[in-house]
Amino acid sequence: MKKGEDSGRILAHMTSSLPVTRREFLKRMGILGGGIVVYISVGDPSALAQPPRSGALFAGVPHDFNAFLRIGVDGEVTCFTGKIEMGQGIITSLAQMLADELDVPFVSVDMVMGDTDLCPWDRGTWGSMTTRFFGPILREAAAEAKAVLMELAAEYLKTPVKRLMAKDGVIFDKGQTGNRVTYAQLTQGNIVERHVKRKPPLKPASEFTVTGKPFPREDAVDKVTGKAMYAGDIRLPGMLYARILRPPAHGAKLKGLDTSGAKQMKDVLVVQDGDLCAVLHEHPDEAEKALSRIKAEFDVPKTTLDDENIFDHLLKVAPEGSIVSRGGMLESGNKLARQIFKETYLNSYVAHAPIETHTAVAKLEKGKATVWASTQSPFGVKEEIANSLGLPSQNVRVIAPFLGGGFGGKSFSMQAVEAARLAKLTGRPVHVAWSRAEEFFYDTFRPAAVVRITSGIDGSGTIVLWDYDVYFAGSDGAEQFYDIPHHKEVSHGHWQGASGYHPFGTGPWRAPGTNTNTFARESHIDIMASKTGMDPLQFRMNHLRDRKMRSVLRAAAEKFGWIPAKIPSGRGFGVACGIRSGTYVATMAEVEVNKNTGAVVVKRVVCAQDMGLSINPEGAKLQMEGCITMGLGYALTEEIRFKRGEIFDLNFDTYGIPRFSWLPKIETVLVRAEDSPPQGGGEPPIICMGAVIANAIYDAVGVRLFQLPMTAKRIKEALNKV
Amino acid sequence: MEESIHFKLNDKPVNMTVDGQRMLLWVLRTDLGVTGPKYGCGEGLCGACTVLLDNEAVLSCQTPVRELNGKEVITIEGLAQNGKLHPLQKAFIKHDALQCGFCTSGMILKAYSLLRGNPQPTREEIIQGMDENLCRCGSHIRIVEAIQTAARELKGGHEI
Repeated sequence: MKKGEDSGRILAHMTSSLPVTRREFLKRMGILGGGIVVYISVGDPSALAQPPRSGALFAGVPHDFNAFLRIGVDGEVTCFTGKIEMGQGIITSLAQMLADELDVPFVSVDMVMGDTDLCPWDRGTWGSMTTRFFGPILREAAAEAKAVLMELAAEYLKTPVKRLMAKDGVIFDKGQTGNRVTYAQLTQGNIVERHVKRKPPLKPASEFTVTGKPFPREDAVDKVTGKAMYAGDIRLPGMLYARILRPPAHGAKLKGLDTSGAKQMKDVLVVQDGDLCAVLHEHPDEAEKALSRIKAEFDVPKTTLDDENIFDHLLKVAPEGSIVSRGGMLESGNKLARQIFKETYLNSYVAHAPIETHTAVAKLEKGKATVWASTQSPFGVKEEIANSLGLPSQNVRVIAPFLGGGFGGKSFSMQAVEAARLAKLTGRPVHVAWSRAEEFFYDTFRPAAVVRITSGIDGSGTIVLWDYDVYFAGSDGAEQFYDIPHHKEVSHGHWQGASGYHPFGTGPWRAPGTNTNTFARESHIDIMASKTGMDPLQFRMNHLRDRKMRSVLRAAAEKFGWIPAKIPSGRGFGVACGIRSGTYVATMAEVEVNKNTGAVVVKRVVCAQDMGLSINPEGAKLQMEGCITMGLGYALTEEIRFKRGEIFDLNFDTYGIPRFSWLPKIETVLVRAEDSPPQGGGEPPIICMGAVIANAIYDAVGVRLFQLPMTAKRIKEALNKV
Repeated sequence: MEESIHFKLNDKPVNMTVDGQRMLLWVLRTDLGVTGPKYGCGEGLCGACTVLLDNEAVLSCQTPVRELNGKEVITIEGLAQNGKLHPLQKAFIKHDALQCGFCTSGMILKAYSLLRGNPQPTREEIIQGMDENLCRCGSHIRIVEAIQTAARELKGGHEI
């Protein structure tokens, strides 16, 4: 994606192949007339900003010529990043960082993102990692470029570097400000290439003029005028729209196929290649009609799994766990404990449900594939396409335009491979946009998961024992941050379920693992607080030495106006806290429960967050609000119902996502922490939403919900048991 | 059945011969190359495909093109006049009332229709009026604020 008037045109027409020579690459960079290019050092793993997990799928090879940034002859700065923009706002925050480090105005930074031919290799955009891991490297590249500019300026102005200063793309002599030169003048006719090797000194936060200030989104104008291009908006001459035959259930096998009805239709192309059967037409609605004329018979799997018995199944098949954290000895804790609390927490499968379904447009020309795809991992998809088509990797170019939401679900991009295969089979450009039903069916859901906790408190109301097992949510967020002398946290399985565990695909869902673990831990803490008769905030503080966690809890309490009370108090107040991607979050909520129907209204949510240095505070707050609003869904309604591999929730009529009418009053607080490095911002506040609402429901009506989502039906059932 | 359809699209006349039962969304996106309206659910459940038909918000994935005859369609591409953004567009930018942007065109056009019928809606009326439009990123709170701001400007109040 590229900001600016011509983004669509550029995207649709820059289709030439991967550069193979340095000259070709410099040409692609547009700097044959002069400019500065800063490369990453190939072979330095830290420069690739890669997370440690899920290696094989994304084991890409960095190319020889990968640039982070370019300063052109016009003095304009272009940032190249394999990261993609899916709404989280990095198109703005990365530009802010670059503008500061390079001393150029924010408006002269252009972003080119998610294009595998132009951008440095990147593992993918997820896990709130862009700002934390890519950000520092980008700043180093910028500092390197700045150093080059200073050297060039010293020569040009015949003044030593130490007397020079840069501001707004101009370098001048501090003692004689008329002695000056612009970046544009310096890059004219000069090609300078640098690799980031040493660590150049970075600016301290106190010198930032752009970072840390609220900035309007780079992409806002394009998005309010309809100019912003998403994968499905790419239109190529001769392009066909494909609809693909799908099984009725996961695990179903094709038994019989009759495509004659579709073949009779005018201008409809029917393609069959192994497991792939598709109909194509120049109009998507005509292709849809053709699909409905295909007769297919499937063998449906014999599995008896459904959304109710899944938890027993998961516990039965769970692998041995691995220890996440531990301290003391559980037996000692057991001896000290006067009261034991043993509970099991469940959460159902949850869909990503971005409003844009998985979409891709592919074309093949002269043995080279270009694929525009809504994907969070363009480089991973590139390899998958190369493998599937039998093409050398350098003959595949993947471009991720703006994404209409991802939330982890577009880390897997089968649709891009499908489009590429169909383009090869038909010899024409092919557009694949999954229907909403396909989107739900093939989603890599947030896994159903189970957490079992046995804890104990001593005679003084102090937690002395914490024995914690999480099944299939993963270890993120399971680590203990309360001060408990005897504890052990064990994680069995992972959110990326291997086959045999889940009846369909699972994968990362905004803050993977941490939503489940936070729901269980914070619910359980409240259960103990209630039993001791202590205020739940005070009870937490009694077990917390961590300064950051104490400070976010205090900040939330102050904003909320928390008045200590025994729970349940009848007020409907809840508190929960947690850590995600290095960011500390404390959330408080007020709910109202209708005792007759079990329906919950969340009236107010206050969230305080310590995310270190905030690059774009307005963008950070927007992410916090987004997390809180989205989190209402997995807390209250969102779950995938299924039986024997068939998914019952295939559209928004039965799968309820948060709406305007659910809106609580939302208040966000960014705890000031300019001097610590920036942490993740796209996920953290979502992690507390299950627990804070569960705790508020308990405070309101005295019933405890042990399963997410806390639907009106489940709440009513719990009320009936009282 | 192919039939001749005439309507105005973003201030320009359109004359086409087309199967009148086809849904407006696909005719706009494929035949006419107007990609602002988005496919989100195909069943009229999300509002991403919202366009204006004679200034009323309609779901283009549920509107057969036959119904357009003699009428005027405005998509997000046609909302700005003479390069000047509509107050709603300005307000969405000002309030950061979008993230991924995929629901944005539908949100703005739905809000346009809402304000036309009720120029000074209360917060509750905005929430009620917008409830059928889905946003997955959770920008709701800012969208409500943006609509309030735009309503004030449209009423002749201060510039956004």
